[in-house]
Amino acid sequence: MNGLRLEVLATGPLTTVQDLGRFGHNAWGVTTSGAADRGALRLANRLVGNPEGAAALEVTLGGLAVRARGDLEVATTGARCPARVDGVEVGHNAPVRLPDGAVLELGSPAAGLRTYLAVRGGIAVPPVLGSRSTDVLAGLGPAVPRAGDVLPVGTAVGGRGAVDLAPRPDPSAGEVLLRVRFGPRHDWFTQRSRSWLVDTTWTVTADSNRVGVRLDGPTLERARDVELPTEGMAPGALQVPPAGRPVLFLADHPVTGGYPVIAVVLAADLDLAGQLRPGQSVHFRDVGAPA
Amino acid sequence: MRLLPFGDAGVLVEVADLDTVLGLHAAVEAARLEGVVDLVAAARTLLVRIDPERTTMATVMDTLRTLRPLPSAHGRADAVEVPVVYDGDDLAAVGEATGLGIRGVVEAHTAQTWTVAFAGFAPGFGYLVGENDRLQVPRRADPRTRVPAGAVGLADRFTGVYPRTSPGGWQLIGRTEMSVWDHDRDPPALFRPGLQVRFVEVGAAVAE
Repeated sequence: MNGLRLEVLATGPLTTVQDLGRFGHNAWGVTTSGAADRGALRLANRLVGNPEGAAALEVTLGGLAVRARGDLEVATTGARCPARVDGVEVGHNAPVRLPDGAVLELGSPAAGLRTYLAVRGGIAVPPVLGSRSTDVLAGLGPAVPRAGDVLPVGTAVGGRGAVDLAPRPDPSAGEVLLRVRFGPRHDWFTQRSRSWLVDTTWTVTADSNRVGVRLDGPTLERARDVELPTEGMAPGALQVPPAGRPVLFLADHPVTGGYPVIAVVLAADLDLAGQLRPGQSVHFRDVGAPA
Repeated sequence: MRLLPFGDAGVLVEVADLDTVLGLHAAVEAARLEGVVDLVAAARTLLVRIDPERTTMATVMDTLRTLRPLPSAHGRADAVEVPVVYDGDDLAAVGEATGLGIRGVVEAHTAQTWTVAFAGFAPGFGYLVGENDRLQVPRRADPRTRVPAGAVGLADRFTGVYPRTSPGGWQLIGRTEMSVWDHDRDPPALFRPGLQVRFVEVGAAVAE
């Protein structure tokens, strides 16, 4: 026991513990889970000298407040929240000292959805199936932190991060462009619907969460009338239920699904998808068949 | 075998039947391909998920084309027996729908060997395929908001056991006390793709 703790004073709308997820368990219905903006999590960890996959807090729409027990070092990345330590403004995308007893408070982000708070040493709650990620759909992983919880912090190994500020573009508040490849079931949709997918400015609805982003826009029409046998799914999949409006799967998506996937967002653009806010506009661009 | 790109970090392999899926799953696992991060078997497909920082779609697709399905690693010794009390709320309705009656449903469920095809609805929820169509029934028109853990159900041509209390639309024919999911156990899921399962009727007092 190293005596280091992070005391949770307030959580905002939803704060969960996340790392880079659990792999190798799809065979029994366990999805990968993990940070919805993986790049932001990795950067936050690098800034405090952690291994990139250490567990951190994923804060949805800000509002987190924590108190250090023992001297801690933290960093926030992802959606930029106004941040104060004992009332003094501190930076984003940068390591911040949080001495014993100091309180860090996050406001609400003006753009983006998810902020990552990494602590040097990592959030040291017990892992489940090799990961400290919380899968909100399956209810697997660490408990969702509540005000009053005291989270253990691990003992850091290795040197401190050498960087004191890592500029990374903030999530956009405007229209977000996501690159896609059509398929695997694009042939289940009419040519007209395939054009609509990339011609439409879609709107993120409030029914979105870590499982997926529900989009508002035209109803995509099927070219086939039969049921699709259930098949594997992955983050980035644009799955189209019978009602016709696509769902963009994120980290906690179900491992299999019975509705056709018209296109899949490229891996490099998944972090952008993980920052989409209700009301935001999204455009898809087809980048063509793989090389 | 058809290889369908799944974005730029996955390949959906479409094959003729479930046996081929399971054989290919075994072959991909045995090949230990660099950059393959997970595999999702389903009734006619295998989704191979990759890490684009460690490999490329082209490399993986080329390798997949060379793989031959391995024979199933699960012999008769790997069959699991699941004790069931056949008192489900939909048992009578299923008896009518299939024309088998209640005893006929129990007999049909326990007489055939079921094979775990794939999982996916929830951790530990395996879709089991039987040897015949006698118990083929649709899902309930009205899903239940609460199906208890251990409930044994039927839907389409599958049977399954609910690993924990959840909403559910399957036709419930019984219940088991056997733990099908325990994240502290290794492996955590009882139902793994390829495993053979027999259901055994037991009385209410000895279902453990």
